Amino acid sequence: MSRNLTPNQRAWERFKRNRPAVFSLIFIAALLVGILIWPMFAPYKPDQMAATQFQPPDGKHWFGTDVHGFDLMTRVMFGARISLMVGLVGATVALVIGVTWGAVAGYLGGRFDSWMMRVVDILYALPAIVFVIVLITVLDTHVKQWIVDQFGSSAGRYTRTAFLFVGLGAVSWLTMARIVRGQVLTLRGRQFVDASRALGANNSRIILHHILPNVLGVIITYVTMTVPAIILYESFLSYLGLGIQPPMASWGSLIAEGASQLNPIRVYWWLLVFPATALVSTLLALNFVGDGLRDAFDPRAG
Amino acid sequence: MDALGNDRTPTRSNLMRFCLLSTIFLLAVSLLGCGKKEPRADIVIINGAEPQSLDPAIITGQPDGRAAGALFEGLTRLNPKTATAEPAIAERWDVSTNGKLYTFHLRKNAKWSTGAPITSEDFIYSWRRVVDPLTASEYAGQLFFVQNAEAISMGKIKDLSQLGVRAIDTHTLRVELNAPCPFFLDLCAFRTLSIVPRAAIEKHGDRWLLTPPVPTSGPYALESWRIRDKIRIRKNPYYWDAANVQNEIIDLLPIDQQTTALSLYTTGQVDIIWDKGLVPNELLDVLRNRPDMHTFDYLGTEFIRYNVTKKPFDDPRVRKALALAIDKQRLVDKITKGGEKTASSYTPPGTAHYLPPAGLGHDPSLAKKLLAEAGFPNGKGFPNFIYLTSNTKTSVQLAVEIQEMWQRELGIHCEIAQKEWKVYLTDQSELNYDVSRSGWVGDYNDPNTFLDMFMSNNGNNRTGWKNPRYDQLMRDANQITDLNRRAELLRDAETLLVHDDLPIIPLFFRTGVNFFDPAKFEGIYFNLLDEHPLWPIRRKR
Amino acid sequence: MYFLKRALFLIPLLLVITFMAFALVRLAPGGPFDNERKPASPEIERNLKAKYHLDEPVWKQYLRYLGDLSHGDLGPSLKYRNHTVNDIIRQGLPVSLTLGLLAFLIAQGIGIPLGFITAVGRGRWPDYAGSFFAILAICIPGFVVGPLLIMFFSIRWQIFPPAQWETPWHAILPSFALGLFFAGRISRLMREGMTQALQEGFIVTARAKGMSETRVLVRHAFRIAVLPVVSYSGPLLADLLTGSFVVENIFNIPGIGVFMVNSSLNRDYTMVVGLVLLYATLLLVMNLLVDISYGLLDARVKYE
Repeated sequence: MSRNLTPNQRAWERFKRNRPAVFSLIFIAALLVGILIWPMFAPYKPDQMAATQFQPPDGKHWFGTDVHGFDLMTRVMFGARISLMVGLVGATVALVIGVTWGAVAGYLGGRFDSWMMRVVDILYALPAIVFVIVLITVLDTHVKQWIVDQFGSSAGRYTRTAFLFVGLGAVSWLTMARIVRGQVLTLRGRQFVDASRALGANNSRIILHHILPNVLGVIITYVTMTVPAIILYESFLSYLGLGIQPPMASWGSLIAEGASQLNPIRVYWWLLVFPATALVSTLLALNFVGDGLRDAFDPRAG
Repeated sequence: MDALGNDRTPTRSNLMRFCLLSTIFLLAVSLLGCGKKEPRADIVIINGAEPQSLDPAIITGQPDGRAAGALFEGLTRLNPKTATAEPAIAERWDVSTNGKLYTFHLRKNAKWSTGAPITSEDFIYSWRRVVDPLTASEYAGQLFFVQNAEAISMGKIKDLSQLGVRAIDTHTLRVELNAPCPFFLDLCAFRTLSIVPRAAIEKHGDRWLLTPPVPTSGPYALESWRIRDKIRIRKNPYYWDAANVQNEIIDLLPIDQQTTALSLYTTGQVDIIWDKGLVPNELLDVLRNRPDMHTFDYLGTEFIRYNVTKKPFDDPRVRKALALAIDKQRLVDKITKGGEKTASSYTPPGTAHYLPPAGLGHDPSLAKKLLAEAGFPNGKGFPNFIYLTSNTKTSVQLAVEIQEMWQRELGIHCEIAQKEWKVYLTDQSELNYDVSRSGWVGDYNDPNTFLDMFMSNNGNNRTGWKNPRYDQLMRDANQITDLNRRAELLRDAETLLVHDDLPIIPLFFRTGVNFFDPAKFEGIYFNLLDEHPLWPIRRKR
Repeated sequence: MYFLKRALFLIPLLLVITFMAFALVRLAPGGPFDNERKPASPEIERNLKAKYHLDEPVWKQYLRYLGDLSHGDLGPSLKYRNHTVNDIIRQGLPVSLTLGLLAFLIAQGIGIPLGFITAVGRGRWPDYAGSFFAILAICIPGFVVGPLLIMFFSIRWQIFPPAQWETPWHAILPSFALGLFFAGRISRLMREGMTQALQEGFIVTARAKGMSETRVLVRHAFRIAVLPVVSYSGPLLADLLTGSFVVENIFNIPGIGVFMVNSSLNRDYTMVVGLVLLYATLLLVMNLLVDISYGLLDARVKYE
């Protein structure tokens, strides 16, 4: 390895040598492009009903059709937009709020740690459903009215989605904060932390440059677990009336719909298999990419 | 500190010991938690959601009613085949010529499950309890036909003894009504009017049903009630008609998950499923061909409410246009699949002493014409509106289909707002919607149970529709004894509802579904009230 | 000392949580007595509210609630009107505890070894196979796994009963349906913890000193590696012990997990608050235990 590379370049070099990670990154990129350009090539519109309902996969409908005669492939492709967006938001909130909160609490310790973690406990203990329902009704009626008054009715259409993200964000960072805080607790007593403190580094520098790189692995691992959880959680929120509304669908709601077809009499398997495969394969790819990144940026590697 | 070891390490043997201990603990807990298995009941029935209560004065839901109906009885009971009133604890009765005074003669052999005799005092206590504000009975309205009941319930009369029911002697009861009521004997079979044991209630308060032994007045006694697990009832040997009770022990399982119900039924762990909600619609095309599936009509209507206070739905032409554009046949063929009949009237056909009027059918071209007349040719200028629905699967699927029909036939677009149940109810009550999915099931077999709710001030109206003529027709109809004349008045009222003014769109009449093997069981009959008393059910030898 | 203070702090914290739940659930639209059919007169609704003191101001209701709570009474259920909240918890909690413990053991029993194997064999086939399984478990929710298990094990092969809670046999499918999901998550955290532990200085030293590989892995690396799993397991155990909505529904298990969700949907105010109190107590105690075990597992952790 040549000596005059920046740390980031070296990390990228290492990442490129990780074959599964590179392959997975290409898969995700292809998926994103596919989803974006899909409407240009789509043979069916998402709200276009075919003559036959519950049509098994064939040449016309590759993934089959559902109860309304909607083309399942179209629904999976359009659902991907919502689910990936939701996953992204959940992951971002978990990363930004969760990691900061946990790192600060763990690093400062003592009274700060106690108070900050008790806030997490309180939020964790409150019933999420009630929280969501209150959010919908209080915010949706009052805030929506306010936004429509301020910015015109076109802005009102996006409030529901915005609240969906608030609802998702509210829960997605709590466990992340706990885990990061736990790791930071074990790190802050280490020699290298004491050493840099002795050298006069301030707290934020120590957290950013010495502690966080060492918890990067755990963070990445937990983010890759948060994303599917959030994607599935979205379908629950939508079911409660927050989030997307039928006939729009997301991977979460498609999987839920498919799961309800599991019965001893007759199974419309395609309704479950295709959305579930979409989620699992995306998540597998995401995990391999996460692993590759983790190895590439590991401070102890190379 | 030594980098390798530190003395506080739990050693491996410690770890092993921990694992062992926890395994033992776990086994102990699982044995305790699971307990011992009870013997199987004669008949195991999946009854739907967990009952809110088994107290006849408190219950509101259908699953609650089925269980409570097995335990408690009133003056009359519903015939298992026809669901019409027949003598129960009252063996006969006389009605005065003006139809307002009923004299009931109680059976001398009617007894509680403890062996104590049932007297007219028991009825007086039970009925007063229903209208007593302290009981907080949601169905107290079922007694409002009795003199002073409404005033007592509203707190205007404090003295409970003013209720129009009096004991002539220990086995004779006189009931005075406000107005003639052609369905009063059916009401007497209604759960709310069943008799309940005074001593147990006064002693144990709201928990009286959890404190054995519970004295019951019906064909069964309560053996055990474990919430969300099982209700076990056993034949009441003191029941006046005990000779005709065909089984000894029945288990009622509170299950509201479709796949769970089907799995238990398929593996033979339960004998009967009764609740259409427990069978997935999409399987009905297969299931309907099986001998163990039974579908039948009952008094339930699926419909759409308009919020007539909102533009453009204040215009009857708009309301009619939207109604005419809905292909109801497609809804029942494609979504509900239970052989439901499409509805043009609100009151289901077969309702006693009544023939519902014809409402609107499916006519897209007329719909377009009406919409154009109302100022929206081809849907131009029609605002986007909200279709409020609860989040049950069938309701949402219906919404998606109807949304597509309106878009295709009329060029208008609605947004579906699927709301959590209580939010949905609140939005509907506060008229915070444009159109809304709705349903109604008749309490008793008379058009009144469907039609009185659309009177101007009824809490179940929820459309903002106020029509003085409708109110007048309903009031007149409920003051007269001549059944034919009454039917005419009611039909005139319903014509306003489903043809002229149309604050609602009737979609279809509901179908009941029962699952049981007719080669193994008999004594389950199908009737318009979806009532299936437990006592006649018999396992064939 | 630190932990003693934490333990004392539990009580005011629980009060805060119950009050927030108490107020929040009353903010939600609709009340416990709103049904599809309204009572015949508005007075009946008023009677209902008066009976349960819902017509009083919230602070007064809360004080009344605290008064009852002080002698262990969680109040009547507003939905299941013959039961008190105590009745329902007394009946359901043992069931949920059993199921939750079983699921927890399955989750740890599968998750930790799997994470261990995938970390040690990182980048080779055991890693790929194990990770695939773990991610599958993470992505496939209980409402898919449950019915699948029933279809195969109860209906096709008829090994286990499909639902209900009667014999120990009845506990097996639901505990797996619940445990597998978390096994996947635990194995991922364990894998990461282990990967990191193997890079630690003292492990490298130990290996260099010629310690046997198993001894290094089990005695030294494992204790550090399990830390992320430990911090995840605190809330997880609190979750599992108070039941699972999905699994209890699918297998019709009479625990309290279903009530955790349904009480909110039914606006069963007393029930919501009672269950939140139970759950919060468990959660706080678990997290306290987690923090204590941190110090035991890794001597470098200090709280003050």
